[in-house]
Parts: sequence; structure tokens; C-alpha cells
Amino acid sequence: MGPITTAHYLALSAALLLIGTVGVLTRRNIVVILMSIELILNAVNINLIAFSAHLHQVNGQIFAIFVITDAVAEAAVGLGILIALFRNKETVLADEVNLLKW
Amino acid sequence: MDAIFFYIFAAMVLGGGLLTITRRSAIHCAIWLIVSLMGVAGLFLMQQAEFLFAVQIVLYIGGIMVLFLFVIMLVNLDQAAKERQFNGQKWIALACVLVVGAEISYFMKKGAGAFQLAVPAAAPATEGNTEAVATVLFSQYLLPFEIASILLLVAVVGSVVMAKKRI
Repeated sequence: MGPITTAHYLALSAALLLIGTVGVLTRRNIVVILMSIELILNAVNINLIAFSAHLHQVNGQIFAIFVITDAVAEAAVGLGILIALFRNKETVLADEVNLLKW
Repeated sequence: MDAIFFYIFAAMVLGGGLLTITRRSAIHCAIWLIVSLMGVAGLFLMQQAEFLFAVQIVLYIGGIMVLFLFVIMLVNLDQAAKERQFNGQKWIALACVLVVGAEISYFMKKGAGAFQLAVPAAAPATEGNTEAVATVLFSQYLLPFEIASILLLVAVVGSVVMAKKRI
């Protein structure tokens, strides 16, 4: 095992991003889709922190804080929408919600 | 030693992520997502981002995941767990993601020389990580910080409006 470089972190971040994308595209359960979005945002954070350490600047960490703030807001509103949806349609499966589809 | 920890955390992140998107029960998905997030927190610690390590544990694992578990409790998921878990576009989605992955790895290989992915040199530790983050956050990024607080306020109001029975 060689030393760990920034490229290792970038590869890990890319892999996590792809896993999250597969989750968003293929799962039917909306709760799991929201969890996959959290995975994608964490992949972004790994990338930002890796470059922050690579360039010896804290700007990347500041942006990671903003990304986490956005993730919190997204989770709160998304889960609120999910509760409203479940109250009205009695389902949490994404492909059974087709009111806007023709 | 660093390499061993990196591979342990990487295995936690990727294994947790894979199990998150494949498990049937939403509770199991949430627990594997917690494992994945803890791996990410460990990676933050390895990159000398101690403040973000604490934020990741407190906010993600303590905050967002509890929110998820609350919603799983409120919403009856037993019926959904019995149904088909993947939709009809799963093979085409996998193919698209593989293409994107090939593209990313190609460009990372091609661009590796451009931004010199060597071992990062040890940072000159003049002040603690939290002090450094706070100094930059409250001077250079003050306006984005305030905008983020307004965003959180809007999100609070929006989620209350969404989850309320009658406004």
C-alpha cells in the first residue's frame, strides 16, 4: 500500500457520487431516494475537503459547511413534502405519484 | 498507518453506501447510511478538518438521521417494503452511471499531471482548525453565512407548512 494521495480521495468521492446517483435513479422508495441525495452531497464534501487539505486553504471547508447547511434544508423540506404526500396519496413509492404525468 | 485508516474508512463509506441503496427495509438503509456518514467523518479527521468532523457527527448523524428515522416512524413503510424496490429503468440507469464513471476516471487520469496529485505536504499548524475556519467564515464569507441562515429559516417555515394538516 503506497501513501495516500489526493487522487485516492477523488476516486473515493467519485465512487460515492456514482453510488448515490444509482440510488436516486433506481429506487422506488422516496425515503431511500432522499438518503441517496445525502450520499451525493457527502461525496461533494469529501472532494472539497481533499482539495482544502491539498492546497492548505480553509475555503474548501467553508464551502463544505455551506453544503451541509443545504443538505439540512433539503432534508427538512423533502421530508415535510413526503409527509404531506403520504397524507394525501397513502404511498411513498415515487412511480405511483404521477399526478403531473399525462 | 495512514493508509490502513484510509482504507478502513473508504470501505465504511463505499460499503455503507452500497448497502444503503440496496437494502429492502428503510430502517436498514438508514443504519447503513449512518455507517457511511461515520466513514466520511473519519476521512474529515484524516484531512485535519476537525471542525467538520464534529459537524458531521453532530449535524448529520445526530440531526439529519434522527429526522429520517422520525419520518420512517410517522410514515408506514411496511407496505412499501413488501413491494418491488427498483423501478423499471434500473438497467439503463446503471449503464448511464457506468458511462459517467468511465468519463470521470478518464479525465482524472488525464488531468492527474495538471494538478499534481502528490502526497500533500503537512500544513503549517499556526492556529487550530476551528479558529482558522471561524476567521475566514466571519470575515471573507460573512454575506454567504447570513444568506445560509435565511435559507435555514425558509426551510424551517417551509417544512412546517408542508407537514401541517391545515394551515
